[in-house]
Amino acid sequence: MTPEQIKTVLEEELLELAPEADLDDLDTEEDMREELDLDSMDFLRLTLAVSKRLQVSIPDSELANIVTFNGMLSYLSEHT
Amino acid sequence: MPSFGADMADGILVQWLVKVGDPIKPDQVIAIIETQKGAIDFESFNSGTIKQLLIAEGDKVAVGTPIALLDDNNGSESSESSVTEPPVPDQTEPIAAVQTTSAGSRTRSGVIASPYARMLAAEHNVDLTQLQGSGPQRQILAKDVMTKPAGTQNSSASKGMRSAIAAALGRSKREIPHYYLESTVDVQPAVDWIKQYNRGKALEDQILINALFHCAVAKALRKSPELNGYYENGEYNPSKAIHLATGISIRGGGLISPAILNADKLSPCQMMEKLKDLSDRVRNGGLRSSEMSSATVTLSSLGERGADKIFGIIYPPQVALIGIGKPQTRPWVVDGSVGDGNIVVRTQVSLSLSADHRVSDGRQGANFLNRLSKLLQNPEKL
Repeated sequence: MTPEQIKTVLEEELLELAPEADLDDLDTEEDMREELDLDSMDFLRLTLAVSKRLQVSIPDSELANIVTFNGMLSYLSEHT
Repeated sequence: MPSFGADMADGILVQWLVKVGDPIKPDQVIAIIETQKGAIDFESFNSGTIKQLLIAEGDKVAVGTPIALLDDNNGSESSESSVTEPPVPDQTEPIAAVQTTSAGSRTRSGVIASPYARMLAAEHNVDLTQLQGSGPQRQILAKDVMTKPAGTQNSSASKGMRSAIAAALGRSKREIPHYYLESTVDVQPAVDWIKQYNRGKALEDQILINALFHCAVAKALRKSPELNGYYENGEYNPSKAIHLATGISIRGGGLISPAILNADKLSPCQMMEKLKDLSDRVRNGGLRSSEMSSATVTLSSLGERGADKIFGIIYPPQVALIGIGKPQTRPWVVDGSVGDGNIVVRTQVSLSLSADHRVSDGRQGANFLNRLSKLLQNPEKL
């Protein structure tokens, strides 16, 4: 899967949680939970959804590194 | 028309799931009712056979208006179903419906939409009746609202949920003499326990600390009957069952508080499943009437991104609301006496109690908070 396809998956799952979000405005270096008003349950749901779709396992030791859009994208790209 | 809470004045019967002649049993979902908080699956209180449907799909009627006639198969008939207040949990018989001569004001409309979709539609001025739903039973979901075709703007897009919250909580502030207590509690044992529990587990099997908070609150309430029940008509009725409502914020504003039935009987793992399930159904629809009308007490947990503390407003006819602030790492004195002891960094939360002074006093409230704090020191026992 190309990095572009992985990015599309992540964006689709974010829009599933926050359909009103304008992802063009998202600061990809900031905590997505802050940027998109996601609570801990939302974030868990996001992580679960992308890990299922991309068949990537995300250990809880990595959770702190994937709270930014870029952080999650690079983790997923490295492990897909 | 059943009431799904103190803030509900009327509802729209959007879909019948039974027809005349169908046998029904208690807890069976027989209709979908649209309220200001979204579509709710209405579960029957009775068993019997549907004799007549009194309300057509799309009709909006006041709470208390009979919506169907039931033959109880013993030669008598009753109407389904108008509880005018949340049922007392131990009660097995429904409160009999009062047959009124006026059917209430009826207006035709009626769409099935999840609470979140309803909120988004109001915010973006979208007419829900123009949308095609992609959820179960064509329920309109949030994504349907945001991908609406052009020309669906309107509306009657009411600020219904906001008015509903205002009505119920305005009444609470006018009628209930609230008192407030707060304790700051070391929850490091709970944080450590969660870390240990989640280690090596797949994401779907992990639990959040919020599940532990819910378990601890529910179990602490077992010994506080003065905080768990209903105050109605000048009289307090404690509840044996602990049906813990959990406040779930809806994106963009609004709040919905479905109940976790018999919450004190759930393990942290079961509680986590329940919280996930409720949070899904707030988004995607499928909340059931028993969850919307039977809460005996409420927990409002602000989560990791919330504020330090919360002093909530009691949701009538309940008599207490427990608040949990954002967990924070702060200095904490251990083994301390003045001039001695150690300062360590621990995760702490604010536990608060808003309670009804007509039913309990500060001492009882403080006992509850102390018990709750103790339970959180031994998370393995929850």
